[in-house]
Amino acid sequence: MIELEGLSKRYGEKVAVSSLTFTVRPGIVTGFLGPNGAGKSTTMRMMLGLDRPTAGDVRIDGRHYADLKDPLKYIGALLDAKAVHGGRSAYNHLLCLAQSNGIPNSRVHEVLDTVGLSAVAKKKAKGFSLGMGQRLGIAGALLGDPRILMFDEPVNGLDPEGIHWIRNLMKSLAAQGRTVFVSSHLMSEMALTAEHLVVIGQGRLLADTSMAEFIRQNSRAYVRIRTPQRERLLDVLHGAGITVVETGSGALEVDAGKPERIGELAAQHQIVLHELSPQQASLEEAFMQLTAESVEYHAHSDTALPHQWGDGWERG
Amino acid sequence: MSTPQPPMPQAAPDWQAAAGSAYPTYTSPIPVVRTHLGHAVASEWTKIRSVRSTMWTLGVFVLLVVGIGLLAALVISANASESDLSGENPLSFGFFGLLIGSMCIITLGVLTTASEYGTGMIRTTMTACPSRGRVLTAKAIVFFLVAFVVTLVSASLVALADVAILDGSRQPSGGEWFKATIGVSLYMALLGLLSLVLGSIIRHSAGAITIMIGVLLAPLVIALFMFSSSLEKVREALFEYSIPNQLSVFYSTSLSESGPSGWDPLWIALGVTAVALGCAFALLEKRDV
Repeated sequence: MIELEGLSKRYGEKVAVSSLTFTVRPGIVTGFLGPNGAGKSTTMRMMLGLDRPTAGDVRIDGRHYADLKDPLKYIGALLDAKAVHGGRSAYNHLLCLAQSNGIPNSRVHEVLDTVGLSAVAKKKAKGFSLGMGQRLGIAGALLGDPRILMFDEPVNGLDPEGIHWIRNLMKSLAAQGRTVFVSSHLMSEMALTAEHLVVIGQGRLLADTSMAEFIRQNSRAYVRIRTPQRERLLDVLHGAGITVVETGSGALEVDAGKPERIGELAAQHQIVLHELSPQQASLEEAFMQLTAESVEYHAHSDTALPHQWGDGWERG
Repeated sequence: MSTPQPPMPQAAPDWQAAAGSAYPTYTSPIPVVRTHLGHAVASEWTKIRSVRSTMWTLGVFVLLVVGIGLLAALVISANASESDLSGENPLSFGFFGLLIGSMCIITLGVLTTASEYGTGMIRTTMTACPSRGRVLTAKAIVFFLVAFVVTLVSASLVALADVAILDGSRQPSGGEWFKATIGVSLYMALLGLLSLVLGSIIRHSAGAITIMIGVLLAPLVIALFMFSSSLEKVREALFEYSIPNQLSVFYSTSLSESGPSGWDPLWIALGVTAVALGCAFALLEKRDV
């Protein structure tokens, strides 16, 4: 269990993280979501005692990170796949980590096997692809067989098979009763793995809710209508007490309306419809709506926001 | 790249239920160990021996110290007559190789700390061992021992060879033997340790190496060009306290009669390194990784 209480971090004038309070519970995968630059990585570094909080407190199973004597057995973290000396082999990299925590050497072979790097164990990390580097980082996180696991953007650079693998890995780790905390800027990815969701934007907590609740609240259902007799339809719908939103593209949108009822009304008044379709806003859209105010780096274009956040604009 | 599925036991059925109830906990079969400095030292030893830059810098160091030391003795024995050598301490010809070789020790010292900042490895290291002071202490111990042993072996080899080659010179005393082997090795290891500490403070390999080479050579070079007589005192101090001159004190062949003598260079190096180490510890605790 990880508990954050009023955790804040300022770099000079710039506030990176502002009084975050939430708890990461064991037994489930908790997604940590936010646009690039929202403060996800800073928060994770503070959890691991790498950065000192300006204010607030963070505890790992009730203790400060610095007080953990063999921290790799409590919490395994993948922060950055490149946090490796390129000249060292995968085996030696893991060996020096194991030794610092008094973990038996046999564990190194076990985790190399788990992540599928046994064949390249003696190869230098510098020759690894991004995906292999990510696997090596995950091996390091699993080394101490810890109760808490923390992954910062683990699917970055992985191929579809690797992504599938890590999703299953995270779920099975949580199923064993471990705490799994994973950050991402991709809502769609989180929807597939996380059961609980913590959303931040510009360092502030925007949501701390279960995934099911988030989907229920944020995925807006509406009905899209196209008709050549716009004005008549608008009058009819108004008359029936249905609120209509006119969109730029000439279509009409009705929130929480039933397509059957609208179709019946149109037929009654002999209005021609070209389209009558129930729509569901995607989670990605819901996430963007939630964080719209707090996105730090807007791409300036006349079209709508891009539908997916590009990878690696800036460290989250 | 193809990978096997993780051999994790799939205990899927109860994970939904577990979420709502009292928190389940996972207990690892790996025994909990109260880690201490010994663990950190073992880890740092693995680190230093598992990168090629260590082998390179130390290999070049041994080559320079032994090669130049032997070359100096051979050239002198070929050109000097018996009478030229009679008053000479044959050990003193090991000086040249060590002076040039010190660059390698400086480089290795800086890389031991600063390269972790360059590669990002430091975040992994500090996550595995949150006691930052322990990490720096372990690095210092491992590096100091490596640098001391390697210097001692090379310097002793050169000393033995030089005494054998220059048989016309006087027999060095026991004290002279001690200073030219153990003494210089301690001094070189301290110089490397200072570089390691500077690497931890600067956090940038190239920057720290440049500064250390400047510290090594600048005072001597500046003093060379101080022609004004009003600067005579400064010039003398720069000469006497320059690292090359302090190193030569171990062979009792100082540039001047005043200034550091005997074991003074070692105490000076010890003092400077201790102060720098104190700063590095304080900064390590204060700064974010």
